[in-house]
Amino acid sequence: MTAVDETRAPSAEVGRDRRRKEDQHLITGRSRFTDNIVLPGMLHVAMVRRPYAHARITGIDASAAQESPGVVAVLTGDDVKDQQGSLPNAWPVTPEQKAPPHPAIAVDRVAFSGEVVAAVVARTAAAARDAAELVDVDYEELDPVVDLKAAAADEKLAHPDLGTNRSALWVFDSAEAGTGGDVEEAIRDAEVLVEREFRQQRLIPAFMEPRSVVVDPTGEQFTMWSATQVPHILRLMLALTLAVPESKIRVIAPDVGGGFGGKLQVTPEEVITFLVARRTGKPCKWTETRSESLLSGHHGRDQWQKLTLAARRDGTVTGLKVELTANMGAYLGLVTSGIPILGAFMFNAIYKFPSYRFECQNVFTNLTWTDAYRGAGRPEATFAIERMMDELATELGRDPIEVREQNWIKHEEFPFTTVAGLEYDSGNYEAATARAKELFGYDELRAEQARRRESGDRVQLGIGVSTFTEMCGLAPSRVLGSLSYGAGGWEHASVRMLPSGKVEVITGSSAHGQGHETAWSQIVADQLGVPFEDVEVLHGDTQISHKGLDTYGSRSLVVGGQAVIKAAQKVIDKARPLAAHVLEANVDDLEFAEGRFTVRGAGEGQEGIGLTDLALAVFAAHDLPDGMEPSLDADATYDPVNFSYPHGTHLCAMEVDTETGQSRMRAYVCVDDVGNVVNPLIVDGQVHGGLVQGIAQALWEEAVYDDQGTLVTGSFVDYTLPTSADTISYVTDRTVTPSTTNDLGAKGVGEAGTIASTPAVVNAVLDAVRQFGVTDIRMPMTPERVWRAIQEGRGSAPTPEAAQPHFEAGEPNQDTPETEGGQA
Amino acid sequence: MTRISVKVDGVTYEDEVEPRTLLVHYLREQLGKTGTVIGCDTSNCGACTVHLDGRSVKSCNVLAVQADGHEVTTVEGLADPVDGTLTPVQEAFRDCHALQCGFCTPGMIMQATDLLRENPRPTEEEVRVGMEGNLCRCTGYHNIVRAVLEAAAQREGQRA
Repeated sequence: MTAVDETRAPSAEVGRDRRRKEDQHLITGRSRFTDNIVLPGMLHVAMVRRPYAHARITGIDASAAQESPGVVAVLTGDDVKDQQGSLPNAWPVTPEQKAPPHPAIAVDRVAFSGEVVAAVVARTAAAARDAAELVDVDYEELDPVVDLKAAAADEKLAHPDLGTNRSALWVFDSAEAGTGGDVEEAIRDAEVLVEREFRQQRLIPAFMEPRSVVVDPTGEQFTMWSATQVPHILRLMLALTLAVPESKIRVIAPDVGGGFGGKLQVTPEEVITFLVARRTGKPCKWTETRSESLLSGHHGRDQWQKLTLAARRDGTVTGLKVELTANMGAYLGLVTSGIPILGAFMFNAIYKFPSYRFECQNVFTNLTWTDAYRGAGRPEATFAIERMMDELATELGRDPIEVREQNWIKHEEFPFTTVAGLEYDSGNYEAATARAKELFGYDELRAEQARRRESGDRVQLGIGVSTFTEMCGLAPSRVLGSLSYGAGGWEHASVRMLPSGKVEVITGSSAHGQGHETAWSQIVADQLGVPFEDVEVLHGDTQISHKGLDTYGSRSLVVGGQAVIKAAQKVIDKARPLAAHVLEANVDDLEFAEGRFTVRGAGEGQEGIGLTDLALAVFAAHDLPDGMEPSLDADATYDPVNFSYPHGTHLCAMEVDTETGQSRMRAYVCVDDVGNVVNPLIVDGQVHGGLVQGIAQALWEEAVYDDQGTLVTGSFVDYTLPTSADTISYVTDRTVTPSTTNDLGAKGVGEAGTIASTPAVVNAVLDAVRQFGVTDIRMPMTPERVWRAIQEGRGSAPTPEAAQPHFEAGEPNQDTPETEGGQA
Repeated sequence: MTRISVKVDGVTYEDEVEPRTLLVHYLREQLGKTGTVIGCDTSNCGACTVHLDGRSVKSCNVLAVQADGHEVTTVEGLADPVDGTLTPVQEAFRDCHALQCGFCTPGMIMQATDLLRENPRPTEEEVRVGMEGNLCRCTGYHNIVRAVLEAAAQREGQRA
């Protein structure tokens, strides 16, 4: 189906739908998730968390907990305040950025509901949890800052000592940057002006494996196993936070059960478990409950987005102004402050805006802190611009795809420098859109929609469009530097040639479900001409993979995979003189193909020498060229030259029951262009999973707080992840426009589905109900919200909730047992 | 403490347990059957699904004492103990790329196995409804549904 499939050599591994190497141990229950690890003498940690969103700690009495059977220690903020440091924020987005200290255990004040106030260490997890209940903490409640807009207005303060809730204001202006015109001018001269405000609700990453940490302090080094996406970053940050030499810390990310950005963090619990292990001298484990996870693991999104789009009457866009208010929550986590800024370069998307301005005000509240969640900044941008393009089409009375096409970058215009200053290397929006329309049956569905509208059908059909792009493969280090990010964007790999002919590949990009072992094996099999099965990929242990920047931002293949290629090429270069020596030929006359060196011009049928034979010869080292180091092993550290820019066209058909507000997905087609594909099976899987997370934002998920700052969606009963029964099967296809900035020609894919799907669904529901005067519905688009929007749009006042009691006031419940559950 | 006798994956165990011990904690902490994992605390996610006398149960929703005198099969007891041959459901999960991080997989496989026992020829809709009690965050369910349907077809093929 893809161009790669058609053009690859018959023996090539890249492009093949290899079944995953990772699966065998996972389908037979031989998994090694952190919570599965048991060490001799291990102690267990339970956290005492505060119930209030904002309070002063006036006293802690831990004596009852301390006396509880099996309890070894109880630690409060006072006990660790001189050792715990402040949890790191690696992205001060402006030099003036304000942030409160971020203690692992709160010392005198707690700033969000769920913050740790004490840790109990006991012989068993159950004993620790029992004792945690006995820790008596006195609080003086303070007024919590819950509402984002009110917080931005500094009506009351989330951190009184900070003097303001405003952490940082970050601005990009195309006129100032020299990448475009003045947006205010465009707005002043606009023939059509579309102004909208959207709410990006708060979401919870909700990886399936709850976070877990084990720290073993026995021996010369501290070994930490953690359910983390970022073992390398965690090791460095632990060292810096706790003033422990980095060389004394080993971090292992064993099997990790999903992350989606939620495990891209240095957590209070990791620091606390380290501290209690150091104090007790025993291996210590902390594993969270799901409720703890939803409450205290970082959240995602949570913005108000104000947009102004200027256009000409003929539909040509002339300017875009974006004003964001982004909720940091109570603290700045590892990259909290930078997440909304990652959207700054993507609101202009695939369209040729001549002028652009982006402002983002980062604001503190007394809620769980936010940070990366799949897409991180780009779903917010894509949602807003794709909603706006539909609004523009509506304003002009034109087809939404037609208006997009009028404004997008044409395939012959690549490489294209955008108004945000990025250079898109390649793309073909026309091809992806044409294919998507064909698979979707766009014209037929539009005809059906018209019929249903005309007949006044109770169930109305809506069609949603999202033509997205994103920037991934974070990132060229110099770009990250210019954004004040605290690290680079390179990745490391090693290739080790074992004497038995097997190959070990070490990658700094630590997977947690993405299938790196399989994909990297395919790449190396092609590069070195060795069997797929003979390649072993190692990762996620800082003692094995000593250097790396881990997995997030759809970076692994385009950055980490490229590092693997560079290392493999170095192996071949190192083997060349030895091959020449063995074959008694000149180095310049050698050719390398399919794992063998042969001599150019020596004729067909020559045996040559295999790379794996050379590996054995190097191991023996009996007969090497003079001065040759007895090793073929090679390292490479690769810094990408650009982001990669996958794109695609997503089309969604939603049926909306206009009497109940219930919506149902009828069809979803996406045609993604992620460049060349290493493993189509894995790519499709990434797209499916991404789609559902984006669809869930549109329809089902929201982290809801009450006005006291208490999370009311604190379990899986209330935070409603989609199930198999809520979802449908998707039609996925690809077009291939290879990236020009890496050898594979690949682009990132991990976040694409999530970034693209949310606006497609929302646009579809709105398309079904705009006819009733509806202009917007807030996400998640629950049946109630859809129904209310229809009622309000029609001008009929919605029924006040209290006006229709289903039983008489003062009377007991009048439902008989037989009628409960809607069975009557 | 209460004394129980349970057969797990073909082995009979006699143990003392606290009456409050959940079956999943007994399996993981006392028997070391860590293939069965815990994903939530409200019995919504289904990651801990095992078979109790051949029927799927969420083992976080059963007390260890309730398993006394019964037989439990976990994901570790599915493949042939001698030659490691996988069941059709395990095979189909790999073949259809129905897992990514693999955390929900033990529960998914146990639930799918029971679903196919009850209904050997399910429609897509029946699979979707039958797997509703097991949450996955990676796959979007697309390939899990395919895998269950493929396993059904495989078993059908074997019978024919």
